[in-house]
Amino acid sequence: MASLDRVKVLVLGDSGVGKSSLVHLLCQNQVLGNPSWTVGCSVDVRVHDYKEGTPEEKTYYIELWDVGGSVGSASSVKSTRAVFYNSVNGIIFVHDLTNKKSSQNLRRWSLEALNRDLVPTGVLVTNGDYDQEQFADNQIPLLVIGTKLDQIHETKRHEVLTRTAFLAEDFNPEEINLDCTNPRYLAAGSSNAVKLSRFFDKVIEKRYFLREGNQMTLSPICWEMFSIWIPGFPDRKRFGAGTLKSLHYD
Amino acid sequence: MSFLIDSSIMITSQILFFGFGWLFFMRQLFKDYEIRQYVVQVIFSVTFAFSCTMFELIIFEILGVLNSSSRYFHWKMNLCVILLILVFMVPFYIGYFIVSNIRLLHKQRLLFSCLLWLTFMYFFWKLGDPFPILSPKHGILSIEQLISRVGVIGVTLMALLSGFGAVNCPYTYMSYFLRNVTDTDILALERRLLQTMDMIISKKKRMAMARRTMFQKGEVHNKPSGFWGMIKSVTTSASGSENLTLIQQEVDALEELSRQLFLETADLYATKERIEYSKTFKGKYFNFLGYFFSIYCVWKIFMATINIVFDRVGKTDPVTRGIEITVNYLGIQFDVKFWSQHISFILVGIIIVTSIRGLLITLTKFFYAISSSKSSNVIVLLLAQIMSHFWINSFDLQGMYFVSSVLLIRMSMPLEYRTIITEVLGELQFNFYHRWFDVIFLVSALSSILFLYLAHKQAPEKQMAP
Repeated sequence: MASLDRVKVLVLGDSGVGKSSLVHLLCQNQVLGNPSWTVGCSVDVRVHDYKEGTPEEKTYYIELWDVGGSVGSASSVKSTRAVFYNSVNGIIFVHDLTNKKSSQNLRRWSLEALNRDLVPTGVLVTNGDYDQEQFADNQIPLLVIGTKLDQIHETKRHEVLTRTAFLAEDFNPEEINLDCTNPRYLAAGSSNAVKLSRFFDKVIEKRYFLREGNQMTLSPICWEMFSIWIPGFPDRKRFGAGTLKSLHYD
Repeated sequence: MSFLIDSSIMITSQILFFGFGWLFFMRQLFKDYEIRQYVVQVIFSVTFAFSCTMFELIIFEILGVLNSSSRYFHWKMNLCVILLILVFMVPFYIGYFIVSNIRLLHKQRLLFSCLLWLTFMYFFWKLGDPFPILSPKHGILSIEQLISRVGVIGVTLMALLSGFGAVNCPYTYMSYFLRNVTDTDILALERRLLQTMDMIISKKKRMAMARRTMFQKGEVHNKPSGFWGMIKSVTTSASGSENLTLIQQEVDALEELSRQLFLETADLYATKERIEYSKTFKGKYFNFLGYFFSIYCVWKIFMATINIVFDRVGKTDPVTRGIEITVNYLGIQFDVKFWSQHISFILVGIIIVTSIRGLLITLTKFFYAISSSKSSNVIVLLLAQIMSHFWINSFDLQGMYFVSSVLLIRMSMPLEYRTIITEVLGELQFNFYHRWFDVIFLVSALSSILFLYLAHKQAPEKQMAP
């Protein structure tokens, strides 16, 4: 069984946003009954069918590494966490929709995780400056998930859902908002489930199929075409930014 | 007329302190978390403001600034307000936030927090009985009653904190205690951690695959729920689920191991940083201080033991005594009274400044160590509680270590300055407080020595184990 290929995806976010509940929901299709603090890193595995429904369907293991802690941790904890950031194929950023700070902290989380990969000497860049140039050639697919959707009142939803728009400038991530205690948000066939499996497909592609440079030009454009047809895509103007980005990848 | 001027000075300084407390709250304590209810922030800043005002009043007392009657009035007012906040508001809010965290009681949280508050008040009142603190002259709801009880709690807290601080500070600063950590140690531990994670992953892969095949074959894998479910699972358990529970147990054990390895690695990184820090100038300076502090702590513990054994209470002002001794030894003509006044003032000022800084730093460290978004409200209120206990008792007792050393003020102030404090507080039994403080300080210092010794011994043993 271990002969299936594997892919590593990090799950990052502030403490208390619901990463462990999310990972449990994704991997075991069940709601986590008694969430407690994650010390260090907890891993779970999801079996994913790449290109489901097509003749090229293949099954992969997706390892979800749920790293605990906060951005304000002591530097010794940060150095210890850095050991988990090696050879990452995809990142899921989790933020709490009821807590504005957790969305703002995503910026620092991205710095911590992505800088680690770009600087192979192992020196952790600790000044909080956000240099957009550093992420210009970032190839790792990203997904942003907002949790605790059920606790947001209907009228405030729009304001809350545009909080992570700043990430779109640099990363163009996909976005999902849900409630980790209710499996119906990820029920098969819902738009969230489709976005999720597209994200995983993208991660697998980047890892296994797109090592050769020439095939890379096609997929981002196809990606954007898919997004027009899926209803409920949250931010129309991101499509414009997305096209520019995909040109940049070329 | 002068009263108005004085009051306006006091009020402006209070507003300044309030602003400072607010800023500190926003910038330092709550940099990474969001506080949803501003009540907490307001209470914290108000407590901070009034506590600082009390210190200001002490300094004014020494300097002789402002009219003495207006000073007296402000003392009383400050005291009343702080007691009100401390005894009535903060416990109520703590109870309210604790109750609102529990999902079950969400509907009737007001009712339950009132109940909690009443229980707290009951115990608070009962606290006064076994202690010989009251003189029978005063009525039930007077300031003396409240202060005496607050005093007891505060003294215990202070003594515990200072006992621990007295032992912990030299341990932290002195490099003698640092274990030697090399890069290879850290790398070896990291490798072990990653290996454990890989083992966990391979087991989880098996479980995920088994679950998937079972699902595809139509066996619904659900945990046995309820009484009949359990009975059924005993007799007709599918082999798949049996396998799964076995693997799950192995995974649990491995996860526990990975957590421990993670904590150990973090510990090694921290020690390595400390070693590097101790090689810098600042580090060497603190190392030096650490030696001094350790001598001071040993002396304090010794004095506490002697005070208890010989039933003695410190009466003299250490600065005056120190100067007397120096003068007698050196044979110099010295106007002791004149100089002691200024020196004690400077000493008091230094103590205040360093203890404020030490307190704020300790607060932030403690806060980071235990915070999360759920409990942040409760923690801040607890901090406000501790802080106000600290400030109320500060003008009362003998000086302490680092965080709470501001209590030195009463002892270090020459006799004539003590009068206003004694006047305001009535006839509380100060001697009792000194004795109680000595006892708790001794107990706390000894137990923290034991605790640190055990922790220090245990850590290198863990590393030796394969």
